[in-house]
Amino acid sequence: MNFFNNISNILDKYTGLLLKGLGYTMLIALVGTVIGLIIGLCTGIIRTIPTSKNKAVSIIQRCVNALISVYVEVFRGTPMMVQAMVIYWGFAFANGGNTLPLIPAGIFIVSINTGAYMTEIVRGGIISIDKGQFEAAYSCGMNHFQVMLYVIIPQVMKNILPSVSNEFVINIKDTSVLNVIGVMELFYQATKIQTMTYQIFETYLVVCVIYFIMTFSITRLLRLVEKKLSGSNSYTICGSQSDPNAEIRVKEGQ
Amino acid sequence: MSENAVIKLSHLEKSFGENEVLKDINLEVSKGEVISVIGSSGSGKSTMLRCINLLEIPSGGEILYEGKNIQDKSVKLTEYRAKVAMVFQQFNLFNNMTALDNCVKPQMIVLKRTKEEATKIALEFIEKVGMSAYVNAKPSQLSGGQKQRIAIARALSMNPEVILFDEPTSALDPEMVGEVLEVMQDLARSGYTMIVVTHEMGFAREVSSRVIFMDGGYIVEEGTPEEIFKNTKQERTKQFLSKVL
Ligand SMILES: Nc1ncnc2c1ncn2[C@@H]1O[C@H](COP(=O)(O)OP(=O)(O)O)[C@@H](O)[C@H]1O
Ligand SMILES: [Mg+2]
Repeated sequence: MNFFNNISNILDKYTGLLLKGLGYTMLIALVGTVIGLIIGLCTGIIRTIPTSKNKAVSIIQRCVNALISVYVEVFRGTPMMVQAMVIYWGFAFANGGNTLPLIPAGIFIVSINTGAYMTEIVRGGIISIDKGQFEAAYSCGMNHFQVMLYVIIPQVMKNILPSVSNEFVINIKDTSVLNVIGVMELFYQATKIQTMTYQIFETYLVVCVIYFIMTFSITRLLRLVEKKLSGSNSYTICGSQSDPNAEIRVKEGQ
Repeated sequence: MSENAVIKLSHLEKSFGENEVLKDINLEVSKGEVISVIGSSGSGKSTMLRCINLLEIPSGGEILYEGKNIQDKSVKLTEYRAKVAMVFQQFNLFNNMTALDNCVKPQMIVLKRTKEEATKIALEFIEKVGMSAYVNAKPSQLSGGQKQRIAIARALSMNPEVILFDEPTSALDPEMVGEVLEVMQDLARSGYTMIVVTHEMGFAREVSSRVIFMDGGYIVEEGTPEEIFKNTKQERTKQFLSKVL
């Protein structure tokens, strides 16, 4: 049949382009998610610094927090495709027409976009940690940075892992918008292949399936990791503090 | 007495907005003293302890540690806090660490002790509170009494000058109270300086060297256990004691 011939033809002839596109997509999505997470953790640490008694310092703190809020609102409130254009061409505008190298530009755009979402995810994660954890850590004599690094962030990471995985999967799909600035990711390769084959449907169908295989398998994989990290499946939810036999143990179903 | 006071509260005040919780608290704590703080709920006992550790910032007055105002710029807050340990009603063990790490990590992070040194010290105190069998347990696997004993071992591992206890047995099932009180009694005998907010009148009477009764943000009465429990002077103290004894 014509259709299957076309498909296998595309897979055959353009393996190199497809793989290259997939590679860039995964690279940008992965690095962007990791850097985005680091941005989120940093803003989380900064935002939770106790207000200083020093007037000048506390004013600086307020300004920094306001800046973070503006950053979050702006990057969550505009499409990443538009952000890509503004940043890429904005850089060129400010530098006499010199554009950024494409892959680093793509990573940069995805990173700060993801950072805005991660800031909110991490904030939620920090809020969900019991206040007593902070107090115990402070009362030991740890400074804010140590409290966050050794006590709070490890617990936050465990709690937000599902959201972080989710961001990664979203980024695999959303890197496709970077084609507007010419980043050679998977969608960009599809537009290129399509102009050579004139088989628009078949080309995009192939790419569609590749995207799905990636997101689906990575979702499954990360779910396994989450399960591993959440530790033993059996835990006590309630019962008597004194009588171990009175404990109710729950074995989590698969 | 003033010279060897480890902690001295002088005209300490604390308000939360309009709510004046501590009004004029004056207290001197000497080395080796075990002070029980009693009083009805909402009288400001926890707030006073939390001010001593600067978990709450006082609105007025002074807190002196070995004669130095702890809010002075010259006093490093983290160093001060390392010397004044706190044991909480809700235990507050670090959930991401094993029982042993709860006692080891703070020493390494704050006191810069090596892992070996910190582990040796931690194991010693974990043994002292009778928890050696549980060093590798996560907090979620321990009972309330066991968590509180680890929390005490964590406090001791920092070799503090003073230990503050905020109702350490109030969140425990009755059967667990004894094991924690026993540990505290042991500490009191070993000469630790302790300030204990408690509803355990038995502990206040038998273990403490001084009892303080708080009401409405003031220290209404203080004295030896005998003076407070047998020769009560203030009417409000009498009322409170008649309710709890
Ligand atoms: N963080 C806070 N914000 C506002 N009010 C508080 C806060 N902490 C304590 N209070 C108030 O201070 C009063 C004394 O509380 P607390 O010191 O916990 O009493 P106690 O420990 O003696 O039961 C209570 O009325 C309580 O509502
Ligand atoms: Mg209290």
